[in-house]
Amino acid sequence: MNDFLLIFRADYGNIPKASAEELQERTQKWMNWIGGIAAQNKLTDRGNRLFPTGKIVRPDNIITDGPYMEIKEAILGYSLVKAVSYDDAVELSKGCPVLAFGGNVEVREISQILV
Amino acid sequence: MSFMNQQTLIPHLFRTEYQKIVSVLTGLFGIDHIEVAEDIVSDTFLLASESWSIKGPPENPEAWLYVVAKNKTKDYLKRNAIFAKTILKEIAYTTTTFEELQIDLTKKNIKDSQLAMIFVVCHPCNSMEAQIGLALNLLCGFSPDEIATAFLTNKEVIYKRLQRAKEALRLQNVKITTPTAEEIKSRISSVLMTLYLLFNEGYYSSNQDITLRKDLCFEAMRLTYMLIENKQTNKPATNALLSLMCFHSSRFNARFNQIGEIILYQNQDTDLWDRELINKGEYFLNQAAQGNEITKYHLEAGIAFWHSFKIETGEKWKNILLLYNQLLIIEYSPMAALNRTYAFAKVYGNKEAIIEAEKINLPNNHLYHSLLGELYIEFDNIQAIAHFQNAFSLSKSSADKIIISNKIMECEQKINELNHL
Repeated sequence: MNDFLLIFRADYGNIPKASAEELQERTQKWMNWIGGIAAQNKLTDRGNRLFPTGKIVRPDNIITDGPYMEIKEAILGYSLVKAVSYDDAVELSKGCPVLAFGGNVEVREISQILV
Repeated sequence: MSFMNQQTLIPHLFRTEYQKIVSVLTGLFGIDHIEVAEDIVSDTFLLASESWSIKGPPENPEAWLYVVAKNKTKDYLKRNAIFAKTILKEIAYTTTTFEELQIDLTKKNIKDSQLAMIFVVCHPCNSMEAQIGLALNLLCGFSPDEIATAFLTNKEVIYKRLQRAKEALRLQNVKITTPTAEEIKSRISSVLMTLYLLFNEGYYSSNQDITLRKDLCFEAMRLTYMLIENKQTNKPATNALLSLMCFHSSRFNARFNQIGEIILYQNQDTDLWDRELINKGEYFLNQAAQGNEITKYHLEAGIAFWHSFKIETGEKWKNILLLYNQLLIIEYSPMAALNRTYAFAKVYGNKEAIIEAEKINLPNNHLYHSLLGELYIEFDNIQAIAHFQNAFSLSKSSADKIIISNKIMECEQKINELNHL
């Protein structure tokens, strides 16, 4: 089995404001999805969420606020999973709750640095 | 002690006092001479049973044992001058002769010595299996015979395992001293793990001897409580572990019928649940909530807490599912994966749960097939039977086989009823 990085992207504008109850339900959906991967013994690291704020550092000391001016989609978070193939990793990604907001999951195989 | 008669007093004291005196003496002699300590204490108990059977037990049996053990130690040192010299050299006190030797059997020193012994017994130079054996032998006063019965193996295997484990401690030159804050920090998790496994050995073992299994659980709880009584080892994780043990053992008497067969959770008579232990479980769970650390013991205690409500509320299984999700994220185990799927079925229904169950794919596990059988029962009895048959052939215990064949009969009955409509 190899490690794959799952990157969750969505447009923050597409994520509806939620009541406390809806937020709880959303958390539950994420937990069920991640828990389902863990129950297959295929979770390497649950990863993290990211704050919506950010900075971009470019050459010549040009620093801007976040990537969201130019592209609408932002990275919401990431997880690391174990899978035998891309097909397998894609299968794990299918239930990701980010898809419900019109977001997407980018699946990338990890290339280990051997030092 | 007056409520105890001669027959039960000595075994009771053996359980409670043997390891206390062994801990103190081993602390004094060093790990190299642990057998000497064990021999002296065994001799003390031998003398007790001889003398008490003639004269009757003394007013304060514990104090009697301590005095005799002290005298026997001094006698031993007098008779074995060479041994006395070696240990006197090692003893950190400023004692120069064995007459001055202080054998401190005060409550405080007993506690300190026991704590030191727990950390010695759970030393990572030994395998978990060996640590559990040592714990039973040195901390709970179990003989190799009793340990062999508990582990369903023969006495020689256990005897060798204990010898090797003690030898390993000698080779590592493990010192029996109160662990430092640093040592506690780095080793407490392996100590808790040993106690957790010791408890599970009693709770989940396939051994038919229910009294012995209860003893194992009780000893694990006693040792965990000892860690809670000590400020340095009274951590949130320790409280979570004891909470978990309290919740589980509250159901101990409801888990078996009169002929020792297992009664599944959903069929248990809640009147047999021990309310006092459930309350204690809640108390220690609250204590465990201090700080930010969430260990697997916290999550398992939380799951056991929700199981202490027989009434099925929507909240109950939602919470259990969430806790299993968290538990699996921390650490995968097939058992947790199966239980998570069961909780998933309770919240989202069997159809959704079957999809989840098929993903966890544990084809060689009889519980996996039992679970799938259970999930199919509602709407596909033929599939259910197929899974129960798999479960039957994979299961090793006769208690499990009885439960599974009852399930198969239940499904066959349902099919017959449908055919007659």
